Amino acid sequence: MSEIRLQIDGKEVKAREGMTVLEAARSEGITIPTLCHHEKLEPFGGCRICIVEVDVRGWTRLVVSCIYPVAENLVVRTRTEKVDRIRKMILELLLAHAPDSPDLQNLAKTYGADRDRFEKEASFCIHCGLCVRYCAEVKKKDAVGFIDRGIRKEISFIPEIAAKECWNCKECFPLCPTSYLQAAYVLTEALAFPSSSSEAVSEE
Amino acid sequence: MDMDRVDQIIDKHRGEASSLIQVLLEIQSEYHWLPKEAVQRVSEKLQVPLSRIQHIATFYKAFSLVPKGRHEVHICMGTACHVRGATRVLDTVQDLTGIKPGETDMDLKFSLETVNCLGCCALGPVIEVDGKTHGKMSPAETAGVLKNYE
Ligand code: SF4
Ligand code: FES
Ligand code: FES
Repeated sequence: MSEIRLQIDGKEVKAREGMTVLEAARSEGITIPTLCHHEKLEPFGGCRICIVEVDVRGWTRLVVSCIYPVAENLVVRTRTEKVDRIRKMILELLLAHAPDSPDLQNLAKTYGADRDRFEKEASFCIHCGLCVRYCAEVKKKDAVGFIDRGIRKEISFIPEIAAKECWNCKECFPLCPTSYLQAAYVLTEALAFPSSSSEAVSEE
Repeated sequence: MDMDRVDQIIDKHRGEASSLIQVLLEIQSEYHWLPKEAVQRVSEKLQVPLSRIQHIATFYKAFSLVPKGRHEVHICMGTACHVRGATRVLDTVQDLTGIKPGETDMDLKFSLETVNCLGCCALGPVIEVDGKTHGKMSPAETAGVLKNYE
């Protein structure tokens, strides 16, 4: 695999072909914030918080670094005024849905995002898809998926699969930036298979 | 429920995962909804996870995961139909069937939906029952049309 040289925030960075800008930056210890990215999962590009500025053939463009491939001589800037402004806006929009998410609040501090800028519509899930994709791609269980679309989109457990698989796994729980996932699981359990976890506890 | 029919539909598409939406559409038009057993069968035979099917079945309005009536009534609420009195037509249908848009009556006779422009504005107000278009509807005519459905 050929080596690619690019520049990130003024620093010369070496990367392998096929790497994303995010991977190249991280390998050099340059931080780019992410919400929907996970090393074990296929690139998704859903949240857009990882947006960066690049120069391609004399043009400045905004690209999504977790899916944008590195290229020879690419010039990347991860913290310009414009980038910061967009990240702030994304955070403010997400905070209207999940105002108490620690991940969002940490980022909000960095980018000066105002938690109360938009009217709250606490749906808690920010549609990062980490839970859905982790269950499908890594665990291959497909116990949780999305339903509906647009503003009504939400996650939904398949009770039959969740009853069998989730109690002993729960690997997706820490991935969720808002804890909504745990809540949805407990609700599913309470509604669809209320006895199973108490049985599991009493067996232990 | 009769799984043979579901199997027939799946076999017709050689059990290919790429035919998922087509298979679901045919089941939907056969039963007027996607019964859980049918969806599970499709999932097994097409090797598509239930969560994926559930996402698709809730994404497109053409699918329903709850039983629908034998007859689907669509009332156009588009601009042209609106100014020509679609609201009165809708009121009439609601009164006669006792259901609101998005609902199905207890006898599973009618399901009611509103739509935005059926593409034949000159005929407004327009209603569509089981895909058949009825134009220039007055409340009285609407009642007459609905009478024809059992
Ligand atoms: S429940 Fe959590 S992990 Fe799953 S999509 Fe929503 S925010 Fe992401
Ligand atoms: S981390 Fe890149 S779009 Fe979410
Ligand atoms: S507005 Fe009703 S058909 Fe166009």
